[in-house]
Amino acid sequence: MKILVAIKRVIDANVKVRVKPDNSGVETANVKMSMNPFCEIAVEEAVRLKEKGIASEVVAVSIGNQQCQETLRTALALGADKAILVKTDDQLEPLAVSKVLKKVVEQEGPEMVLLGKQSIDGDNNQTGQMLGALLGWGQGTFASEVEVEDGKTKVTREIDGGLQTIELKLPAVVTTDLRLNEPRFASLPNIMKAKRKPLDEIALADLGVDTANRTETLSVENPPERSEGIKVETVAELVDKLKNEAKVI
Amino acid sequence: MTTLVIAEHNNSELQASTYNTIAAAKQLSGETVVLVAGHDCQSVADQASKAEGVDKVLLAQAEFLEHLLAEDVEKAVMAQEGDYSHILAPASTFGKNMMPRIAALLDVQQISDIIAVDSDDTFKRPVYAGNAIATVKSNDSKKVVTVRATAFDALATEGGSASIENVDSGSHTELSNYVGEELTESERPDLGTANVVVSGGRGMGNGENFEMLETLADKLGAAVGASRAAVDAGFVPNDYQVGQTGKIVAPELYIAVGISGAIQHLAGMKDSKVIVAINKDEEAPIFQVADYGLVEDLFKAVPELIDAL
Repeated sequence: MKILVAIKRVIDANVKVRVKPDNSGVETANVKMSMNPFCEIAVEEAVRLKEKGIASEVVAVSIGNQQCQETLRTALALGADKAILVKTDDQLEPLAVSKVLKKVVEQEGPEMVLLGKQSIDGDNNQTGQMLGALLGWGQGTFASEVEVEDGKTKVTREIDGGLQTIELKLPAVVTTDLRLNEPRFASLPNIMKAKRKPLDEIALADLGVDTANRTETLSVENPPERSEGIKVETVAELVDKLKNEAKVI
Repeated sequence: MTTLVIAEHNNSELQASTYNTIAAAKQLSGETVVLVAGHDCQSVADQASKAEGVDKVLLAQAEFLEHLLAEDVEKAVMAQEGDYSHILAPASTFGKNMMPRIAALLDVQQISDIIAVDSDDTFKRPVYAGNAIATVKSNDSKKVVTVRATAFDALATEGGSASIENVDSGSHTELSNYVGEELTESERPDLGTANVVVSGGRGMGNGENFEMLETLADKLGAAVGASRAAVDAGFVPNDYQVGQTGKIVAPELYIAVGISGAIQHLAGMKDSKVIVAINKDEEAPIFQVADYGLVEDLFKAVPELIDAL
């Protein structure tokens, strides 16, 4: 079976983001960009399914500007067979992204779409579920284990109280949680090989999808800061402060 | 204008997050209707009808709704005929799982995880793991919104007397079937709603040492949490995780033990009212957000604290 993996280029998880002084957004100029960590887990899972002989082909897709090619090359170096860049300079919202991905799914015909559960910039946690609904497919979100057998996939999900296991008919959408796997590092030979793997470009406009933004970001601000606390010297002092000053115990 | 709140419950009890979501709904214009979709869940509808601020309860019961699978909840919500200006659900794994499906079918860009209602179409929500707060205005005709429970104080659970109406429960999609669940059994309060949370980090050293935190938690009537580092190291299960990728908590008292305070962890707990940090490394970033910091070996401090309580 063919697996489509959707990936997003985001500000690197180790960068401390800074709100722009004019409150229009966060600083992205000269900031290190990387593949969204949850997307990396999705690529890894797809590649593992291929290594187990379950997947026949892994196609990585990203929507964004020319620099997203780099992120797609990373996916190819991790083991994806082919990449597709839907090119646009616009920042698409999750609803628009899921509409674009639906088009790509219709063209590529995968039996599973793997995505990260959320991107670490917008923290929306929407795209996979929206894609599932638009395609009329089932979904296994926040997956910590994925098994595929007899045209079905069994997905163990991280839920608030523990774990839930569901069985989905294929085709289906699966979104990854942290414990699904530990992504490998791309080896130098694989990075070299990735340069020769196919990377197709499609102009967003050619897909004929309405991707207009539905929301406006009026401002982006720093979160309220906590006032500086104090150091206590002993456990007795701590207990005293909690009882008599903070009055929380 | 009318707001539809999709209740989170376990077929016998309404979850606390639903009361917080109703509180958010009351900050919008118009009436608040609560949809209880589930199986054999009349008692949940009864509880919802007593909740302060609820004008009407819709009860959609069907066997296939027992486990509230996203595909089936989607059908149950889409089967509702009322004209709703807003649809709200808690931003728990329940709401996060099913709500975007509804938004997509309504052709609406969902607003996730709001922490404040500015007006009927404008909301505040954290982005970049809470390192920035965005004010977002929705231009869609309907608003589909998930609500961060800890950001809205729940209204009273008793005193209301809303009517309960039985409604269409949609149909089973058979796209997804429930296989099983492994829920963490605990006598302690739920991590997401506890008044006191005791969390351990990598400094705990191993899973056995968490017993010490459990003893402390029991003294305080607290829930036990953990940093991602402690979860990744295999000390405790993932549902203990507090942080950007785990649970967001905002208790009255949060005690961080052996937690360095990575930004992803702070994102999950920095709205707590009082924060205590116990760590032997006085440079640990957790001390920057702590109201009371104790620089001490946790293996000395925690037993002392247990004895002192």
